[in-house]
Amino acid sequence: MIGVEHYVVVSSILFVLGVLGIFLNRKNVIVILMAIELILLAVNLNLVAFSAFLGDLTGQIFAMFVLTVAAGEAAVGLAILVIYFRGRGTIAVDDVNRMKG
Amino acid sequence: MIHVLAFYLFAVMTIASGAITILSRNPVHSVLWLILAFFNAAGLMVLAGAEFIAMLLVIVYVGAVAVLFLFVVMMLDIDFAELRAGFVRYMPFGALVAVVLLCEMVLGIGAYRAGNLKLGTPDGTAATPVGASNIEAIGALLYSRYLFLFEAAGLILLVAMIGAIVLTHRQRSDTRGQNISKQVARRPDEATVNVKPEVGQGVTL
Repeated sequence: MIGVEHYVVVSSILFVLGVLGIFLNRKNVIVILMAIELILLAVNLNLVAFSAFLGDLTGQIFAMFVLTVAAGEAAVGLAILVIYFRGRGTIAVDDVNRMKG
Repeated sequence: MIHVLAFYLFAVMTIASGAITILSRNPVHSVLWLILAFFNAAGLMVLAGAEFIAMLLVIVYVGAVAVLFLFVVMMLDIDFAELRAGFVRYMPFGALVAVVLLCEMVLGIGAYRAGNLKLGTPDGTAATPVGASNIEAIGALLYSRYLFLFEAAGLILLVAMIGAIVLTHRQRSDTRGQNISKQVARRPDEATVNVKPEVGQGVTL
């Protein structure tokens, strides 16, 4: 029978894939954003699985808020990407050091 | 039996499409695989009994976020081959970090499964009422106990929307936009003149 551990294993593999995606595509900020979406998806899967198996809806409410923040993050991130591309003509982010921070 | 089969189908598809998302050469393909990953994750959530979040995932992620990604990927004229230059160089370190992280997580799950962890147990205040559907129960909880958090989520979306518009808005000099305040401030006496032209003389403009 499928237990909560199965779900947690799937979501941790998905999380690790997201982290790996950030490492591998260090220059391509679009794929980095997609990897972040994968990580958030893994977190949502985790929340929903525990919520369903513990019989407590709080996890699903929280998954909804994570979804909200993910949508806002994608919108603002892509907006920043568009204006960055407008100014530089490229989206290679491994040499973003204009502000010398 | 069919439940187990569906779980493994969705799980394998989710992980495989997640892997292809980060490994794909073409970002457009990445977005499409990401959409497939979202669909399969929604299937997993349906299997767990969370229909509402699953539908939300399809609507919000596939309908809005993924399309936004697709739009940006296709709109910007980017040389993607150049961006993949360090891919092989980062591979060993990235794979090492990923394997270590996965081992840690699986160890944690093993510890959870062994049953010696004292995790918080639900107190029953947020349990699904008997006979209520998932959507009904979530709605009742969301509009009572989590009302202010719900409003805050709406506020976050508003701020994100305004932020995205402000960031990407630009004043173009080559178009003649409507200047509404100038139009409203226009008075009849400065816009029109009464002339009494002589017959056969014509008017000067």
